[in-house]
Amino acid sequence: MTTSNSLVYLIALPLLGATILLLAGRRADKWGHILGTLMSASAFAVGLYQLSQMLGRSNEARPVTQKLFEWISVGTFNVDAGLLLDQLSICFVLLITGVGTLIHIYSISYMSHDHDRRRFFAYLNLFIAAMLLLVLGNSYLNLYVGWEGVGLASYLLIGFWNQKPAYATASKKAFVMNRIGDMGLSFAIMIAFATLGTVSFEGIKAASGTASTAALTAIGIMLLVAATGKSAQFPLQAWLGDAMAGPTPVSALIHAATMVTAGVYLITRSNFIFDAAPTAQLLVVIVGAITLLFGALIGTAKDDIKKALAASTMSQIGYMILGAGLGPVGYAFAIMHLLTHGFFKAGMFLGAGSVMHGMNDEVNMRKYGALRKFMPITFATFGLGYLAILGVPPFAGFYSKDMIIETAFNSGGSKGIILGTVTLLGAGITAFYMTRVMILTFTGKARWDEEAHPHESPLLMWLPMVVLAVGSVSSGFLLSRGDALVNWLSPLFAEHGEHSELMKPIVVSGLALAMVAIGVAIAFLKYSRQEVAAVAPEDVSVFTKIARQDLMQDRFNEAVFMRTGQQLTQVLVKTDEAVIDGAVRGVGRLALGSGSILRGMQTGFVRSYAALILIGAALLIAAIWVVVQ
Amino acid sequence: MDAANYLYLAALLFTIGAVGVVVRRNAIVVFMCIELMLNAANLAFVTFSRINGDLNGQVVAFFTMVVAACEVVVGLAIIVTIYRSRRSASVDDASLLKR
Repeated sequence: MTTSNSLVYLIALPLLGATILLLAGRRADKWGHILGTLMSASAFAVGLYQLSQMLGRSNEARPVTQKLFEWISVGTFNVDAGLLLDQLSICFVLLITGVGTLIHIYSISYMSHDHDRRRFFAYLNLFIAAMLLLVLGNSYLNLYVGWEGVGLASYLLIGFWNQKPAYATASKKAFVMNRIGDMGLSFAIMIAFATLGTVSFEGIKAASGTASTAALTAIGIMLLVAATGKSAQFPLQAWLGDAMAGPTPVSALIHAATMVTAGVYLITRSNFIFDAAPTAQLLVVIVGAITLLFGALIGTAKDDIKKALAASTMSQIGYMILGAGLGPVGYAFAIMHLLTHGFFKAGMFLGAGSVMHGMNDEVNMRKYGALRKFMPITFATFGLGYLAILGVPPFAGFYSKDMIIETAFNSGGSKGIILGTVTLLGAGITAFYMTRVMILTFTGKARWDEEAHPHESPLLMWLPMVVLAVGSVSSGFLLSRGDALVNWLSPLFAEHGEHSELMKPIVVSGLALAMVAIGVAIAFLKYSRQEVAAVAPEDVSVFTKIARQDLMQDRFNEAVFMRTGQQLTQVLVKTDEAVIDGAVRGVGRLALGSGSILRGMQTGFVRSYAALILIGAALLIAAIWVVVQ
Repeated sequence: MDAANYLYLAALLFTIGAVGVVVRRNAIVVFMCIELMLNAANLAFVTFSRINGDLNGQVVAFFTMVVAACEVVVGLAIIVTIYRSRRSASVDDASLLKR
């Protein structure tokens, strides 16, 4: 362990940017975007500096800590606001600040016509600060602060154009569904404190060896709930599609590259808990497997380019969660896929933004077509991201996704075969829907609206896309060369024995490529050989209709949770009125009623009072007499 | 003669006084009935003193007389004042607090 005083700058710089931009108001309109970008870039520079320092140290000395201040000190419960930068967090720090800075640059141009651009950059900086706090916190409580912070930033940015009621609703939906996950995280923290007496990563790691499996399983399941909320995993995934209401750079940064991967970070960070709680780990794998198919199926039916990409994000994070659920062998591959996905998905989202920029903010892919000639750079960068997500060698996804598929197959027994098949199937469907996106957007005949004048985006927009495309091409190769990332992360995870090799890597890659080829071929037959309707056809199979409605998840939530929730609320309101208010009003009525009866006795006549005193005295004497007798 | 008879007499006098207080309207008569009750009590005290063979009851009786004398002074003054202002000595007319 090494201590450092410079970690705090990672968070402080973007936070300062956000504070200045929010407080300065309209005065900062002229230079707000530049300040925001500079703050993000300087955080990236601090991250690079930390990486260079870290590279020069031995494995044991690489984690860096910084104690900020004593936060909570009650009896034996002590929590310091402290930061921890280790081999895992540095990956995230560089991804967040690196991709974040690129997206800041992109947004300068993308948001140039928006008169609230300064506020947008303030929120982006706030997000960067919160996300860095999330990955740098040295305890679950510190992480929780960042976790809530990114939720807030996500809410603010999804609803950035909240003058449209639908967008405001989308932001609320995202916030509420995230709250369910956040509840899981807070429960996990409480259980950890109640059973292990500590909430720091270090303390829980030390205590996890002796803790009961039941407690660890409970913590693990609650952490999984948290991960499903933030990472849009089954069954809390329904918000991600609607979150596309936010400006496209937000979708690229928050809802593709960074925030939605926080769940993967949480599970990987809590590896010591999940390794000791096999049931929770199995649930992680199941959630990942379900979501990767769920997202992929939704992706096949979406005509909105951003929603198709959002479904794809959901599916790809399913791969990561699945990888993280496979235990020590899978953590590094989950993180590798997370990093490569950060590049290619952010790149594709920026590409989608570029297309929308040229097409009057049209998002319906059925109204695109033949954009290849008009947007060559967007086409090229999007195409490279496309090849990367498909897993075509030697692009990034080939290294990361195939490793997850291979690890899934080799996890042993029928579980391995099921998981392997699911991941292969997912790869095939991914190939289908991504090819569909490519064909509908860039090739075929033009199906534009009359007023559309597609054109290539300006330099500030295509430059980040090019950088991300370079990442989509090279990151997989660089990270897996000589098992670089696996070795880099290995000190953090438990040792794992040589796993049984059911499938050789070459066989897995072959199978995956075959699935991809099938997916691409079907997409070509369906969308390239046939005319694409400019309006989505209605006479489609029932499966397509279900997929268009996000596999009925909203309907399900509405029927099961919203309606019952409303009924429960109504029952509670009625109970409140009848029982609680009734009791209070009853007491009042009792006092009033008995008062009005007793008031009759106050006649004002001295003689009646005298008679009452007399009767009272007589009764008293009689009572005493009875008692004495 | 049996001391209990004095107690019976005291009880009888007290009852007459109590009934008078409750039944009669004239403030002066009510006042006299109160005196009757006080004196009934005095009689009982003196009788108990006699029965027990000590002077405690007689001492209390003197206290009662003093209290009764004070009460008469204050009470009669109030009754006379009320009569002067309202031209009535009926206790039922003096119910201003109720109205």
